[in-house]
Amino acid sequence: MSRRLLFLLPLATLALMAGFFAWSLMAGRDPASIGSVMVGRPAPRLDLRALRDGDKPLTDAMLRTGKPTIVNFFASWCTPCLAEHPLFTRLAQRDGAVIIGVAWKNKPEEARAWLAKLGDPFLHAGQDFDGRTGLDWGLSGVPETYLIDGNGIVRFHFRGPITEKDVRDTVLPFLKGGKP
Amino acid sequence: MRCAVTLLLMALLALPALAVEPSEMLKDPALEARAREIGQALRCVVCQNQSIDDSAAEVARDMRRAVRERLSAGDSDTQVFDFMVARYGDYVLLKPPFKLGTLLLWLGAPLVLLIAAAAIMLTALRRRATAPLPPLSDEERERLRSLLGR
Repeated sequence: MSRRLLFLLPLATLALMAGFFAWSLMAGRDPASIGSVMVGRPAPRLDLRALRDGDKPLTDAMLRTGKPTIVNFFASWCTPCLAEHPLFTRLAQRDGAVIIGVAWKNKPEEARAWLAKLGDPFLHAGQDFDGRTGLDWGLSGVPETYLIDGNGIVRFHFRGPITEKDVRDTVLPFLKGGKP
Repeated sequence: MRCAVTLLLMALLALPALAVEPSEMLKDPALEARAREIGQALRCVVCQNQSIDDSAAEVARDMRRAVRERLSAGDSDTQVFDFMVARYGDYVLLKPPFKLGTLLLWLGAPLVLLIAAAAIMLTALRRRATAPLPPLSDEERERLRSLLGR
């Protein structure tokens, strides 16, 4: 009897693996995701030169105003940034979101021209030309977006462009309730 | 001739293809050697399985620079690793730390080996424990001989 059960072992192994693969496919598991250690921690240091002429430089105080704030790292050379940009424009215009833009590894004049062409949703904008601030923020590339609550705590970190679904499911609830 | 010697020397003295550019390197060779050792153990965050020394990605270059800045500022190797883990998490370590969340990763393979060894040993022991077969009868012995063609 026990020997006959032993023959079921390969089948059981197969079922186990099939279950894992099915779960991987269905649950939207992304093995390439590197996660973020920033979530739940105070936002890293923000101390950057202004991107636009006559603008104030970016400071930590801008992240601790009591209002939820979106921080978006972008670059004019980045195609996914182009894709997500209209969402930020709409968030700023229709939903009154406070959005801080950081031009990452981007010549300031090129970033400014890009914003002039596509519309500028940023209340404040800074330049991180050498990527030092990006590193402090645990940035892996552009675009990346952080949702920061009124006390300056990072509540969400998107790696890659945000989508319509992200806006609906995460950004808008966060702006309303302070928590995504 | 001289050209051939030059080419030969160039081929022999070529360093492994690292992404570390000469302009990034530190003047102090001891510090640079430490930076290389750390750089080989840090994982580039956009390339799945490449160290930051092997990767040409923008963020890998920033990380190499940060490693050298921290070392120049007097940080220990551990402090440099902590600096990176604070920003990118354990993902950034090519050799994952031994802790509760990585227990299966570290002990899974030895565990499977142990289970297999135990199973084999149990089977062997059980086989030995079974009583020896009764000797063949004359009839069986005759049949065996005919089967073997003797």
